[in-house]
This record gives sequence, structure tokens and C-alpha cells, in this order.
Amino acid sequence: MNGSKFDWGAARDVLPLLLHGFLTTLLATVLGTLVAAVLGLVIAIARRAPSRLVTAPVRAVMEFVRSTPLLVQLVGAAAVFSSVDPLVIGIVVLGIHYATYTSEVYRAGIDAVPRGQWEACRALSMSPRRTWQAVVLPQAVRNVLPALGNYAISMFKETPFLAVITVEEIVFEARKYGSDHFAYTEAFTLAGLIFLVASYPTSLLMRKLEKRLGH
Amino acid sequence: MNTFFTAFLDNLPQVLSGLGVTAESTVLGALVAGVLAFVLGLMAGHRNIVVRGVSRTVVEFFRGTSLYVQLFWLYFALPLLTGYQLSALFCGVVAFGLNFGAYGSEVVRGGISAVPRAQWEAAVALNLSPYQRMRRVILPQALAQMIPSFTNLLIQLLKATPLLWLISAADLMTVIQQLRDRTGESLVAYLTLLVFYFVLAYVLTLLMNLLERAAKARLGEHTGTRGLLRSRSAAAAESVPVVPGGAS
Repeated sequence: MNGSKFDWGAARDVLPLLLHGFLTTLLATVLGTLVAAVLGLVIAIARRAPSRLVTAPVRAVMEFVRSTPLLVQLVGAAAVFSSVDPLVIGIVVLGIHYATYTSEVYRAGIDAVPRGQWEACRALSMSPRRTWQAVVLPQAVRNVLPALGNYAISMFKETPFLAVITVEEIVFEARKYGSDHFAYTEAFTLAGLIFLVASYPTSLLMRKLEKRLGH
Repeated sequence: MNTFFTAFLDNLPQVLSGLGVTAESTVLGALVAGVLAFVLGLMAGHRNIVVRGVSRTVVEFFRGTSLYVQLFWLYFALPLLTGYQLSALFCGVVAFGLNFGAYGSEVVRGGISAVPRAQWEAAVALNLSPYQRMRRVILPQALAQMIPSFTNLLIQLLKATPLLWLISAADLMTVIQQLRDRTGESLVAYLTLLVFYFVLAYVLTLLMNLLERAAKARLGEHTGTRGLLRSRSAAAAESVPVVPGGAS
């Protein structure tokens, strides 16, 4: 059988394609993380709203999104909004899915702000807006950074799902090259190694950051 | 009545068989992952640095490369290397087992190291063998603490099973998508699919809560029935370690 060993020539051919796909992967990860970071904060604040009319639906939707597969959400969104660019759908769905995780991180950060701080704000008759902006969030968000970084790494490892909705990221390129040249071994082995090379040092960096912030 | 639901009821046997494939791959994947988690997790606490090193390398490898890539490698690349094609379901179970086993080993390691030192010392003072110490003293206490994190990993595993569709195993996602293609009702079809997974996730959470209650009861901590209905806790969601070395 011809393809029974690793073909270095094919590996050399596929590498530039994979690296090109990697740029899209990176773009989706960075923008997806941004959406997750902002939306997660919005959800966390909404869940502390005074009325149950706000908190109950937010909680329900969050629980639903968190408990259902990202892949189904992606494919479903791409099918329903078929006129939208798949990369945009990918970034938005990734962002929303991970916002349900990051909101928990923010929530923990907000819960960790001592009650006395809230009471002091009320005593100084600060508006709710100013309480959040000047007192609560600066204390809550500071320690959230490493956790956000860790979710960015998890998201990075889930971006291959975007290949399914035809975003031309790294696994999409690997599949295409693999089927065109019948060289799946080289394409997927290299794709896996690129993921390892990119995610492992970033994880080490996050661990360092966590230590520095005293976790 | 909606054409999708008509098609759904007409093809109920296929839907149930798809549900079966999803359930089967979740349960088998979780079993492989569970065994691997304990093997790798116990190895991570071994005295010998070689044993620890092997565990560390395996864990970092399977956490660092994407599950998606691992699954595709097993299904598409491995047959070209070995000339032997594994079935889609088998590939799924192996890939889920290896990937979530690697994550689970961090939970095991963390759970064991969270047992107070005095417990180890007491076990040594009572002249228990290393096996008795682990089996009778350390693990029962560590297990109760590990379960919430295992629940989260189990839900993650369930959420990964639609990947089987991509390697053409006839799981729930495949079947529902066939119905969608026939009826053209995307929104209803995918919402139905999401509700299926949501219910499955909730059922798994309830079962794991029961397990946690049983594990705690063994330690003499009896918890009420109220907590059984709760969904996954936020704190546990964060304790799934993503960083090498994990939550320490």
C-alpha cells in the first residue's frame, strides 16, 4: 500500500496551507474571546439585577446554552442564518457559548467584593452606575484575567468546529488537502502538532500569570 | 401539525437508534475516560519521577491537541498508516476516552492531594499497606470531592458526541439532520436537537448528584434531597483545569 508511511514531501506541501488556515483560527479565537469577555460581563451584571423578571430568563437561557453542544449551535445557526458570512456566525456563536462560562468567572469576582463596599457606596449615595464602574468592577475584573485566558485556550481548541460551517481554518485546510491528495496522515498529524505547539506555551504563560496574581 | 414533527414521529425508530448511539458513545467514552483518569491521576502522584513524567507527557499531549483533530486522526489518518479501518463508534469512544481521561486525571490528582496530610499520616501510623491506605482512607474522601468536576467533564463529553456525525456514525445529530434535510425546517429541527441534549445533560447531572450523595453518605455526611435537583455548580465549572499543572 502506497500511503503506508509518513510522506515528508506531502508534509512540506501541506504546511503552508495549514499555517494560512491557522491565521483564520487565530482570528476567530481572538474575536470570539472578545465577544465572550464583553458579553460574559453583561450577563454577570444582568444576573444581579434587582428583578427576578430579568434574572430568571437570563439564568435559564445561560443554562440552556451551557448544556448543549457547541457543534449543534454552530450548524443550526449557520443553517438558519444562511445569508450571513460563516466566519461571523462562528465568532458570534463561539462568543455566546463561552460567554456563559466567562459570566460565571465574573460572577465569582463580583461575589468576592465585600458587602461593606456596596454598603459604603449606598452610604455615599452613589448611583448604581457609578457603584459598578468606580467601585465593584475594578475590584472584580482584576483577578478574572487568568481564567479568561484559560477559556481562550479552550476556545482555540474548539475552533476546528468552524470547519464544519465551511470557515477555512486549519482543520478545513487539513481535510481538503487530505481528500485531494489522499494524504490525511500528514495533514492531520501536522494540524495536531500546530495545536500543541500553539496551546502548550500559552497554557504555561497563563499558569505564570495566575501565580503572579497570587492564585 | 408541523411537517418536521410529523417526520419526527414517522421516523421514531431511527431517532431512538440515534439516541442510542449518542448514549452508548457517551457511556463507553466516559468509562474509558474514567479508568484512564484514575490510572494517570494515580501515576501523577507516584514517587518515581519516570512514572510521573510519563503521566505528565500523556496528559499534556491529549489536552494540547484538539479533540477534533484526535478524532479525525484516528478515523482518517490511522487507517492509512496501518491499513486497518476502525469503526466510527470505536474511534469516537477511544478519542473521547483519551481526551477526557487526560482532563479527568487532573481532577483525580487534585482530589487526592486535597485529602489532608494527617489522613495519610494516620494511615501510616495504623500500619495500613499502601493499597489499603489508598483504597480505605484516601480514595473514599477524595472521590466525594471529585464528583462535581467529573459531572462537568461528563457533560462536556456528551456535548462532544455530535462530532460522531462528522465521521459518519449515525448518532442523534445525524438522524435529526436527515429529518431536517427532508423537511427543510432548520429552526425547528435544530431547536429540537438542542432540547434533546439539554434533557440528556440534565439527566446525567441528576445521576451524578445521586452518586455524590452516596459518596458523601459513606463519609457520614448526609445531605438532603433538595440539592439533588440542582444544576451544575458554577464553582465546579471553573475547577476543570485547562492549564498544565491544573488548579493547585
